[in-house]
Amino acid sequence: MGSTSNHGAEGVGRRDLIKRSAALSLVAAPGMSLLSACASSGGGGQTKDKAGKKTAKNPLGVNETAQMEFVLFDGGFGQEYAQDAVKIYEKDFPKAHVKFSATQKIQSTLQPRFNQGNPPDLIDNSGAEQMDMGVLVGKNQLSDLTPLLDAPSYDDPNKKVRDTLRPGIVEMGQFDGNPVWIMYYAYTVYGVWYSQKALDSLGAEYPKTWDEMLQVCEKAKKKGMAGWTYAGKYPYYLPFSLYPMIGKVGGREVLDAIDNLEPNAWKHPAVKACFEAYYELYKKGYILKGTPGLDHIQSQTAWAKGEALFIPNGSWVENESANVIPKDFNLAVSAPSGIDSNDKLPFGTIWASGGEPFIVPAKAANAEGGMEQLRIMLSEASSKNFTAKVKSLTAYNGGTTGITLTPGLNSGVAALKLAGSNVVNPRLQDWYVQLQKEKIGVAGLGEMMAGRLTPAEAIKKIQGFADEAAKDSSIKHYKHQ
Amino acid sequence: MQHGKYRFIVGFLAVPLGLYALFVVWPFIQSIYYSFTDWTGLSPDFKMVGFDNYTRMLHDDVFWKSLQHSLLFALVLPLVTISLALFFAFMINVGGRRRKGGPVISGVRGSSFYKIVYFFPQVLSIAIVSLLFAFAYNPDSGAINSLLRGIGLDHVQPLWLGDPSLALWCVMAVLVWSTTGFFVVLFSAGMASIPTELYESALLDGAGRATTFFRITLPLLWDTVQSGWVYMGILALGAESFAVVQIMTTGPGGPDYSTTVMVLYVYQKAFRDGQAAYATTIGVALLVVTLAFAAIVMRLGRRERLEF
Repeated sequence: MGSTSNHGAEGVGRRDLIKRSAALSLVAAPGMSLLSACASSGGGGQTKDKAGKKTAKNPLGVNETAQMEFVLFDGGFGQEYAQDAVKIYEKDFPKAHVKFSATQKIQSTLQPRFNQGNPPDLIDNSGAEQMDMGVLVGKNQLSDLTPLLDAPSYDDPNKKVRDTLRPGIVEMGQFDGNPVWIMYYAYTVYGVWYSQKALDSLGAEYPKTWDEMLQVCEKAKKKGMAGWTYAGKYPYYLPFSLYPMIGKVGGREVLDAIDNLEPNAWKHPAVKACFEAYYELYKKGYILKGTPGLDHIQSQTAWAKGEALFIPNGSWVENESANVIPKDFNLAVSAPSGIDSNDKLPFGTIWASGGEPFIVPAKAANAEGGMEQLRIMLSEASSKNFTAKVKSLTAYNGGTTGITLTPGLNSGVAALKLAGSNVVNPRLQDWYVQLQKEKIGVAGLGEMMAGRLTPAEAIKKIQGFADEAAKDSSIKHYKHQ
Repeated sequence: MQHGKYRFIVGFLAVPLGLYALFVVWPFIQSIYYSFTDWTGLSPDFKMVGFDNYTRMLHDDVFWKSLQHSLLFALVLPLVTISLALFFAFMINVGGRRRKGGPVISGVRGSSFYKIVYFFPQVLSIAIVSLLFAFAYNPDSGAINSLLRGIGLDHVQPLWLGDPSLALWCVMAVLVWSTTGFFVVLFSAGMASIPTELYESALLDGAGRATTFFRITLPLLWDTVQSGWVYMGILALGAESFAVVQIMTTGPGGPDYSTTVMVLYVYQKAFRDGQAAYATTIGVALLVVTLAFAAIVMRLGRRERLEF
């Protein structure tokens, strides 16, 4: 065949190219070699450090000379708050060495270490690369945190750590039975976020019923403003306001039945009413144009620019969108509007729950050290430090006195106060990640809000997904206690 | 000099073959082994489960969707990319009008400039390209819809990546944009090695551009086209399709699973759902698809070799 001698003139020669494509085909099935790279290496794992003596100052019996390794998810909350807490640990145990690191790639850095049996002592298992908690628990990879919860709190030796936490935090860390596998450090308020200023300019108040909601949206529309926008590419943000609405309309049992994957749970009239209410937003043209093609950042930016009035979101939005939210925006959050006065729970029913899950691996060399670090972080001082720095509440109940709260945080605290005991906590998003995000979120709600499914079709589809998940033996199933 | 020849060859081949066996063949065997277990990827203990993963795969709707999309990628992408690249390369190298005093065979005016323009996307990493296009496809403020509005098409404002019937095509368009340049350069190299006398005699016989292309350029370039086809198909099944789908349609692979591809599904099962064994099973399926693709292309593309 022809000459291959004209490399210089024409760039790449043919022979080179063929060689290259051959080389490439060797790495062809990428999943394969990639996976095997982290193939199990068996191994006995690391040896445990000897526990120290339990004293009043050291109730967990931390070995004062052992190394403690702490891996933090480097996300919206940054890493300063954790570094501050590490400094306290180092002060309390001057002979101990703390190995602190922060990464966004939790799974890629830590999965092989779990697999080899030498994980770090404390992990903030969060972010897009969160490791599946259900699998970790199911494979006995986590330590039970009950000793930490029963230890005296950092501030008051007469109070257990457990008694200083916000309601629901301990339960969220449990899966089946008593052990507590996860310590959620942040406390997130979910709901409908808006600019108080924009709402005032419409001469409106936050709507309590759906009729009022539609009226407010109509007013906004007349002013050239869309009523709602949401993260169209991640429609699993919609439940942040939709699920508590379902809870408000039909009562807690409806949400529990959904979490428990009970047959026909989604066919409850409350679910149907709420789906139809949301669909009405689409049908009346109250959704910002193009929303189904926006991701979370894009939709939040459009909303911050005043293109839309309401957005379903969590309390991290204040920190995440800090640079696009105008100074006089007056950020506020509200519990979802209900349907009408026949709703089972009062207005104010809100979804609030733990965020930033911290875990202590079962095979950690210095598990006591990891728990001690958590105990320090759950002190009033550390909690205040976190709230002041990243505009979010922590699992510590209180810790907001004496610091100036940002508008969003302030309204979050007010919303929690209004809710009182009417705080709901749907568990789909931590029990069944794929079901919640991909199936219910993207393939169900996302399609409905884009107008490609009617509420009835969406419910049928979602019920199908839930039944499938209930039957799937490859995932672990949980029930509300 | 004949004796010891084999020992000589073996001496040279032992190390590369050893490396190949260790880093390529062995992982393949391992993955096939893991596909028969219930390994999670998060813990070293697992047990054999026989063909469970395979049975599950055959009943998995998302797997079938991803397979379908991957096959579409492997068929459409090479076809479009290579046709475009062949056309461009031909115009750049051969298709020009004959100018006075110039060479008999030349490209269109400004062809060296075009060559750079086409090749440029190749310089950008696929991650950057995907991000850029994700912004361009933004239905609210993206470049494409803004352009449509700009020329008065206010009522044509597609959702692009947010529309299940468009998302896959949007993703493919990005891949075409970013890989065509590479093949333009590849085919240019091939065309430059075709003797000009052939073109000259064709011209004397009165052949037009199309005839020249189909009767001379394409047959003489066939080997290059074929390996390019395999190369592109493998890219489309593997790394590149993963990158664009993961970055642009993020998370679950498009609205209503409209862009899920096999590699993405492997990744999600292994690194999101903690089902590494099931992921290797899909990986094995991907291996089969890739091998079958290469075999079919090689088989169908077999032609008599032309000597010149």
